[in-house]
Amino acid sequence: MIEIDKVSKWYGQFQVLTDCTTRIAKGEVVVVCGPSGSGKSTLIKCVNGLEPFQSGSILVDGTSVGAPGTNLPKLRSRVGMVFQHFELFPHLSITENLCLAQIKVLGRNADEAREKGLQLLDRVGLKAHAAKFPGQLSGGQQQRVAIARALAMDPIAMLFDEPTSALDPEMINEVLDVMTQLAAEGMTMMCVTHEMGFARRVAHRVIFMDQGQIVEDAAKDDFFGAPRSERAQQFLSKILQH
Amino acid sequence: MIDLQLVLDNRELLTEGMLYSLQLTAFATLGGIVLGCLLALARLSAFKPLSLLSAAYVNLFRSVPLVLVIFWFYFLIPYFGFQIGPDKSVFITFTLFEAAYFSEIIRAGIQSISRGQLAAAYALGLTYPQTMRYVILPQALRNMLPVMLTQTVVLFQDTSLVTIIGIKDFMGSTSVVASNNGAMTEMYTFAAIAYFCVCFPISMLLKRLHKRIAVIR
Ligand SMILES: Nc1ncnc2c1ncn2[C@@H]1O[C@H](COP(=O)(O)OP(=O)(O)OP(=O)(O)O)[C@@H](O)[C@H]1O
Ligand SMILES: [Mg+2]
Repeated sequence: MIEIDKVSKWYGQFQVLTDCTTRIAKGEVVVVCGPSGSGKSTLIKCVNGLEPFQSGSILVDGTSVGAPGTNLPKLRSRVGMVFQHFELFPHLSITENLCLAQIKVLGRNADEAREKGLQLLDRVGLKAHAAKFPGQLSGGQQQRVAIARALAMDPIAMLFDEPTSALDPEMINEVLDVMTQLAAEGMTMMCVTHEMGFARRVAHRVIFMDQGQIVEDAAKDDFFGAPRSERAQQFLSKILQH
Repeated sequence: MIDLQLVLDNRELLTEGMLYSLQLTAFATLGGIVLGCLLALARLSAFKPLSLLSAAYVNLFRSVPLVLVIFWFYFLIPYFGFQIGPDKSVFITFTLFEAAYFSEIIRAGIQSISRGQLAAAYALGLTYPQTMRYVILPQALRNMLPVMLTQTVVLFQDTSLVTIIGIKDFMGSTSVVASNNGAMTEMYTFAAIAYFCVCFPISMLLKRLHKRIAVIR
């Protein structure tokens, strides 16, 4: 589904990504972790072309992201993305947030879009809030709306960039529950997160990044059982302490 | 100080003048915002020549006094073979001039929207024009509303400059009445009060708007 092959990226002189290679199969859930600044966000943003990269290739469902002729808006409309800071559109109501791209990008009519939106809103447990504005919801609620907004596009895969790290602790689980359910339904997911409990329960594979490189790419049990690299061991022991 | 009888006797001329000033303000504001949006987008474009062109336009108009631009248009356009008359000339002049100011306001507004909003819109598959139209500009314009209205109040006062090419806006009509009746002090005092009565309430309203917007955000 997602094939990342020898991707490298530079910001000027600074190399953010070095020869990153991995594959995510259909229905697979992969957690990406690693220290701050290791390039996790950059890598995940390369997958839907939000960040350009200078060498290597990324194929999403057979479409090359970096190729000059690629219709990026079309490709992005098929890959859902959820951000650390939710990024709901504050000037639009929850319903309008859910409908905008369905109508403008997929060409659905307003009724169809609204029905789909409300159905997904119900699924994340927020149907009662349809008429509100993002500013009136808690962080956890906003993030669930953001997930529903991405799902409304019927994506073939979902990307998550630290979806819970801007949330108060008591709200983290309501978002993780939605993600867990999504995974159980067979959604292909690439999640940057430090929620190791979620990784243990839900992930099939864990990727560990450090200084722009994929240092470890292992099945979940192998990763938590016996990470091979020293950096990953250190990272795990630090993160599992609390 | 004020000769109310004189004002009443000339109320038609004065009302027409005021309407002219308001029309010019409204036209230049709307035109200036539309053109200003385009200039701001050009300025922020990654395509360097476009960005430089927009910057040159804005800097040019912001470095020349409005009076000169009014004169320049009025006298030079006919010189190039276009007979457009003083009215069209000032409507165009003010729109072009205001666009330079509005574009700077709008540019600041666009830059005040976080990059995350842009990323989120793109991630949903919206194209650049759609992202601007439905996500970025509505938020930017809302944030900028108070500043834009302030600019409009300034613009309304500036329209009085069109008197110098003989247009009967509110200031022009006032001048006519004043000189025909030898009542300079009375009529100019009246004009000052009239401008004040239009501008001050708007400024007050703006203050309240500012507070309300601050609460919403
Ligand atoms: N626009 C940019 N220009 C220059 N350097 C950048 C830019 N964006 C990111 N970087 C650098 O690239 C590196 C990787 O950034 P990235 O955001 O991908 O890290 P991350 O692993 O997601 O970290 P975090 O856990 O803090 O989110 C960092 O060192 C960062 O400073
Ligand atoms: Mg990050």
